[in-house]
Amino acid sequence: MTVPRFWRKQQSRYNLIGTTCSTCGQYFYPPRNFCPECRRDGKINEHKFKGTGKVVTYSIIRSASDQFSLLTPYVIAIIELDEGCRLTSQVICEIDAVYIGMPVKQTFRRLGTDGGSGAIFYGTKFIPA
Amino acid sequence: MVGIISYGAYIPRYRIRVEEIARVWGANGTEISKGLGVYEKSLPDLDEDTATISVEAARAALARRTVDPGEIKAVYVGSESHPYAVKPTAATVGEAIGATPVMTAADYEFACKAGTAAVQTCMGLVKSGMIPYGIAIGADIAQGEPGDALEYTAAAGGAALIIGNRDPIADLNYTCSYTTDTPDFWRREGKPFPRHGGRFTGDPGYFKHVLGSSRMLLSDLGTKPGDYDYAVFHQPNGKFPVRAADILGFSREQIKPGLVVPYLGNTYSGASMVGLCATLDIARPGDRIFMTSYGSGAGGDSFDITVTDVIDSDQFNRDAAPTVADMLKDKKMVDYAVYAKHKGKVVMME
Repeated sequence: MTVPRFWRKQQSRYNLIGTTCSTCGQYFYPPRNFCPECRRDGKINEHKFKGTGKVVTYSIIRSASDQFSLLTPYVIAIIELDEGCRLTSQVICEIDAVYIGMPVKQTFRRLGTDGGSGAIFYGTKFIPA
Repeated sequence: MVGIISYGAYIPRYRIRVEEIARVWGANGTEISKGLGVYEKSLPDLDEDTATISVEAARAALARRTVDPGEIKAVYVGSESHPYAVKPTAATVGEAIGATPVMTAADYEFACKAGTAAVQTCMGLVKSGMIPYGIAIGADIAQGEPGDALEYTAAAGGAALIIGNRDPIADLNYTCSYTTDTPDFWRREGKPFPRHGGRFTGDPGYFKHVLGSSRMLLSDLGTKPGDYDYAVFHQPNGKFPVRAADILGFSREQIKPGLVVPYLGNTYSGASMVGLCATLDIARPGDRIFMTSYGSGAGGDSFDITVTDVIDSDQFNRDAAPTVADMLKDKKMVDYAVYAKHKGKVVMME
């Protein structure tokens, strides 16, 4: 990932900052600047998520791309935040400990690096709550 | 009075036993463990480093007390293992706690006492009225060369203190430092592991500066070890802080809550500050705490601290973040092979 591309979404990745539409009450992460339901009637505001939610479904990754091969086996899950929207993230736990409905909370981790001398990308992952 | 507004610590879940490290190098693990007074040590997860530990510690401090991140005008991170040689960890922490952009920030390095140097800087800024709050962090994923004596103790963890003067949970009554140019331990630019002077790290290093700084504080304030409820010393192993306490006249009971090294290891810049957090986890209003950190190179920072009524008030929620004891109990043991992978000691082809 290029440095500018990551940096543009940095605040959102560090602090789970998304958006909400005050017209219909929907929450969005990653942030949207347009409500697909309300369209021109939508009023979009920034929203910092509480950082807690539950696992909707998950997959165990045993064969990963080179950058993530040291992490295997690891859990990738769709997480529903308490506010209602869903996102995909790694859940840091034993692979036999994860289950559908497991409560999770946010944690701050390295998401990746651009090789041995490039930038380090940080952001949000989840751990059991 | 300037003091600690809130505190938080973070310890990664992974642990390795000293005996397991000794097994790999053909050494007597039982003797080494007993000699060091250290039984196991923490290590980081594959995606943890000094920045992630610092952020988690800072967020734990903010969870315990409502502080507007926008009022945190200074962030200092002390460490020997900043992820970048050039690019501040403190800026990442500031961004991750919502304190940016109107703040000053810098990374500190003074071996194991860079965190307490950050506390002193924040004290000065708050006391002079330049900032309402500052956050001082000491954190490390400590380095120790495979097979070297340091490998048995070099651990991962850190602590954050929010410093301010609006109803602190603990008053920072006084601080003083004792510093000389003593090459007892160092890491050269670009080198992955530190080197040290063996036993030289003891007498002209640790003891001269810990005792020098501690005695200076007791003399300056006219206090005696018996005037304090608790004492925390830098803890590179389980023996040095106990010996320093004995020489100064502090009892085993006074140092017990803050002596976390036997089951944590030496978290370098985090060591004395994690010990202070463990002590604040159980402290009551009115308790007086003595703390001296030590950084090779070499220097000691001493602090006289009094816990206030605020720690038990509605303004502060100690239970909003895990205690040091909680984090020490929540652990996953690994063998040396997994440890080597986590510490980046397994070199992969790019």
